[in-house]
Amino acid sequence: MGIKQISVFVENKTGRLAAVLEVLEKKQINIRAFDVSDSANIGIVRLILTDAELGLHELHQAGFTARIDPVAIVELPDVPGGLLRAVVKPLADAGINVDYLYAYTEPSTNKPIAVIKTEDIARAEKVLKQR
Amino acid sequence: MRDPEHEQISREKLEQLQLERLQLKVKEVYERVPYYTQAFKSRGIKPADIKKLSDLTKLPFTSKLDFKKNYPLGLMAVPMERIVRIHSSSGTTDKPTIAPYTRGDIETWSEILARGLATAGITSKDIFQNAFGYGLFTGGMGYHYGVERLGAVVIPTSAGNTKRQITLMQDLGTTVLGCTPSYALIIGEVAREMGVDLRKTKLRLALCGAEPISEQMREDIKEGLGVDVISDYGLTEAMGPGVSIECPYHCGMHIPEDHFLVEVVDPNTGEQLPNGVQGELVITSLTKEAYPIIRFRTRDITSLNSEPCKCGRTLARMSRVTGRTDDMLKVKGVNVFPSQIENVLLKIEGVEPHYLIVVDRTEAFSCSDIEILVEVNDSIFSDKMQTIEKMEEKLRLALEAVLGIQTRIRLVEPKTLTRSEGKSKRVVDRSELSNLK
Ligand SMILES: [Zn+2]
Repeated sequence: MGIKQISVFVENKTGRLAAVLEVLEKKQINIRAFDVSDSANIGIVRLILTDAELGLHELHQAGFTARIDPVAIVELPDVPGGLLRAVVKPLADAGINVDYLYAYTEPSTNKPIAVIKTEDIARAEKVLKQR
Repeated sequence: MRDPEHEQISREKLEQLQLERLQLKVKEVYERVPYYTQAFKSRGIKPADIKKLSDLTKLPFTSKLDFKKNYPLGLMAVPMERIVRIHSSSGTTDKPTIAPYTRGDIETWSEILARGLATAGITSKDIFQNAFGYGLFTGGMGYHYGVERLGAVVIPTSAGNTKRQITLMQDLGTTVLGCTPSYALIIGEVAREMGVDLRKTKLRLALCGAEPISEQMREDIKEGLGVDVISDYGLTEAMGPGVSIECPYHCGMHIPEDHFLVEVVDPNTGEQLPNGVQGELVITSLTKEAYPIIRFRTRDITSLNSEPCKCGRTLARMSRVTGRTDDMLKVKGVNVFPSQIENVLLKIEGVEPHYLIVVDRTEAFSCSDIEILVEVNDSIFSDKMQTIEKMEEKLRLALEAVLGIQTRIRLVEPKTLTRSEGKSKRVVDRSELSNLK
């Protein structure tokens, strides 16, 4: 199943992450999942929001550099090796390189969900579905 | 065309007119300005030695330093009784350049600007919002008189108070906005923040001058304001704005050569360079009364083209000014022009021209290191750290290839780098950068 992810560019310094979160709080946009990738000077904040389009609009309005991308999500079996067998292995076997992945718990089902970014989302989704 | 007799003049006739005017001007400054008398004598030159236009090269150059040495009014060719107005450059770190005008100079200047505005495609039916700074700066008042001379409406908003600028543009039906390119970017941004779509107003043209404008900056202004952008070039020593201006074909800025005799020279040797070759622009004023300039070295880098233009004008065009001879930084002993850095940034797709060069100065002109702060916009941003790091590396390698030294790059969030409402600052000392570290 496909879903939209918002990424925000931040400088790696005090208060920048808070500034991003404040924009979302002010507009009552809820964060379902959250991931940060950083280097010495910069960071990328990745967000799964209740309303991705609105979130992107508000972040742009607040002057942030941000983008929207499709990502694949898949429910993980809550057992040892779940991530390996449900996601990593099938994609590796299909020759699909994972750019990054992170996970969250879906509140309605209380099940873990993996968010996966690859070059070709449609193809990754097909592989994950076939499993 | 406002003045076809001069704007479509043949080269031959133009050169005859230029020679006559040059001979008069040279005689005048030799007789009236002690500095020029001295400078000519020390080269063994008399006004009578100027027999043909190419004899111009016998005359000595005048530099900014000569202006400084003769501060405030040592180069004036008329008595103070004939002066009706005095402008000045900002001179933030140095003595400013003082620019006195006779009544005749104001007339000439207004006419040159009216002609220039017409060259840009502006007519008496236009409403010109003049957001160039009024006051000592030549921009505001200069354009004000030019627009009135053309018979269009001038709204003297001056620079600043950006929200009011936008409200007035909507309410008064402004068709042309005149301001510095960096201020045009600010107006575009503020309009967006206010939720105003300038494409829905009557605005149809922006006239930008008083500071260098890159092609990327022009694209950003077009995008921000939703209109075409005409560039203008000027300098206080020559008169102010109006030394050259683009026509709607955007193929260089037309120079009123009946008023200004221009050359492009090698900045190191002073030798004249052929058309099409980049070098330092040198200007001789042919009609200025109060403060004539003889072979003034502008320090601006450009090239000339005297082929007739598609717009029908025969007046020569100068290319966009790509740098200044005195912007040069010496980094680890290597000469670096900020324009080189800007060109590299523009070539890497999507990088906005919002950057700042931070230098660690060891002495007045030497620095041990430079760091380039680049604002990250949506088009170069990626959700993958690897992609961003690759872009950064590409930038670093491209800069190293062009400059011959290693530089550091720091990516910063949009709007981190303050945009002044006047001239944009491209180089800053690390010691001045307290808010960025
Ligand atoms: Zn033209």
